[in-house]
Amino acid sequence: MKVPRAAHSFFNRGLPWLLPILAIGAWQILSDVGVLSSKILPAPTDVLKAAWHLTQTGELIQNILISFRRAVMGLLIGGSVGFMLGLLNGMSLLAEKFFDTSVQMIRNIPHLAMIPLVILWFGIGEEAKVFLVALGVLFPVYVNTLHGLRSVDAGLIEMGRVYGLRSWSLFWTVILPGALPSILVGIRFALGIMWLSLIVAETIASDSGIGYMAMNAREFMQTDVVVLSILLYALLGKLADVIARWLERLSLQWHPNYQNV
Amino acid sequence: MRVSATRNDDRGAHLEIHGLRKDFGSQRVLRGVDLKVSPGEFLVVIGRSGCGKSTLLRLIAGLEVPTAGELFINGRPVRGLNPETRIVFQDARLLPWKRVIDNVGIGLQGKWRSRAEQALAQVGLVGRERDWPGVLSGGQRQRVALARALASEPRLLLLDEPLGALDALTRIEMQRLIEGIWQEQQFTALLITHDVEEAVALADRVVLIEDGVISMDVDVPLARPRKRGDPAFAALVDEILSRVLGEERTGNVTVFAVPERHESPPHNEQRRNRGLSL
Repeated sequence: MKVPRAAHSFFNRGLPWLLPILAIGAWQILSDVGVLSSKILPAPTDVLKAAWHLTQTGELIQNILISFRRAVMGLLIGGSVGFMLGLLNGMSLLAEKFFDTSVQMIRNIPHLAMIPLVILWFGIGEEAKVFLVALGVLFPVYVNTLHGLRSVDAGLIEMGRVYGLRSWSLFWTVILPGALPSILVGIRFALGIMWLSLIVAETIASDSGIGYMAMNAREFMQTDVVVLSILLYALLGKLADVIARWLERLSLQWHPNYQNV
Repeated sequence: MRVSATRNDDRGAHLEIHGLRKDFGSQRVLRGVDLKVSPGEFLVVIGRSGCGKSTLLRLIAGLEVPTAGELFINGRPVRGLNPETRIVFQDARLLPWKRVIDNVGIGLQGKWRSRAEQALAQVGLVGRERDWPGVLSGGQRQRVALARALASEPRLLLLDEPLGALDALTRIEMQRLIEGIWQEQQFTALLITHDVEEAVALADRVVLIEDGVISMDVDVPLARPRKRGDPAFAALVDEILSRVLGEERTGNVTVFAVPERHESPPHNEQRRNRGLSL
């Protein structure tokens, strides 16, 4: 399909944002004509005003930073544990026999069901949130790392051995790069779960962060702040996805799917 | 067993196999293979699918352990993988996440880049160093795989049906390339194929494996480079093909007619549409 350059550029960059912009426009108009009550859904301009107000008091930036920090900490801790466990079980049959059944049992407990216990353990402090996020991201990273290592082309491993690669060099040259696409899929899943866990944890048990801001605003009937919080999560989620895609593109340059993009 | 053309003994490995047997479970794949390959000789092993020729190659490479019997390379018994032996696989087996030059340099130590570049030049792929394997054609991939094998200067090169997946023209081109490099580098070459014409084009000697044993061992005395149109060439192809198909020699029969001339040959489905191949 041949498309002129300008149209092509719009197609790539503009089109994905067309629907959100139209939706917000319609929302603004419906609020202006009074179809939407500001108690149910405040107009986008009101949400922007709330954002501006909270920015000036410093509350907004502070809460975003707190939430962001929790998300990143949880992701780093849970992600590394999941990755190491996947690596261990992927490389050693003994380790898999020993660990996998237990991991699968724990994996099937919805990690948010742990919230009451987590509050008893950690109270509503930082640890509780980081723990829940870490627990949530651990499993997608684990499962996909394990699967990635297991599905590396055996022919390539054999080739590596014939050409003199042993243990570590074989791992770095053949096995890890072969498992990488699957590991990155796990990380993208993990990013979604990361925000979900954080939102729930901050909404239920917290004294700071975006979720807390929303719950606090609810008590004072500040619908605009509640909507602002929800929109913030949407934007942060999108940001995480953009970073993950960028990582994929960087490390999978060789992959036919990522060439000439 | 045979007197090979005089070649440099320092380059090519001497291969000796005694009473080699390999079972997979209850299945006997090789049941007593004896073979000697002189340094610098080009040996081609032919046989039907499942006759054990690939297993033989994997045993020589040290990828499998024999059930019984012994293998010696330059008088030393084969125990596991050997840095002087390299394999070119049927499916090039390039690492898709490494550029061509890095694929060729796999397993090389020290100043590998110049050696890799040299090997790429030998296979005629100068200028493709920075390409990803994904953009290469089948023939080009096999050239890279060949360069990778050559870069470590093996004394024994094992070629496991490396041209099986290529189209007819690329195949002939690659045969010439392999022959030229072999003549220049003087390593010992062992090629597995089921293409009798390919065998006669390249081999000093052709060995047939049937039911896990060597059932035919013939020299190819034709001068190189060999011409496919040559009557002696065609006659030899015909002779070997008839032997492979388990038939009496039928005189000056054209090669292409052989599979169709017999009403109910065994393993008919394997030969369908293959012309010269088995």
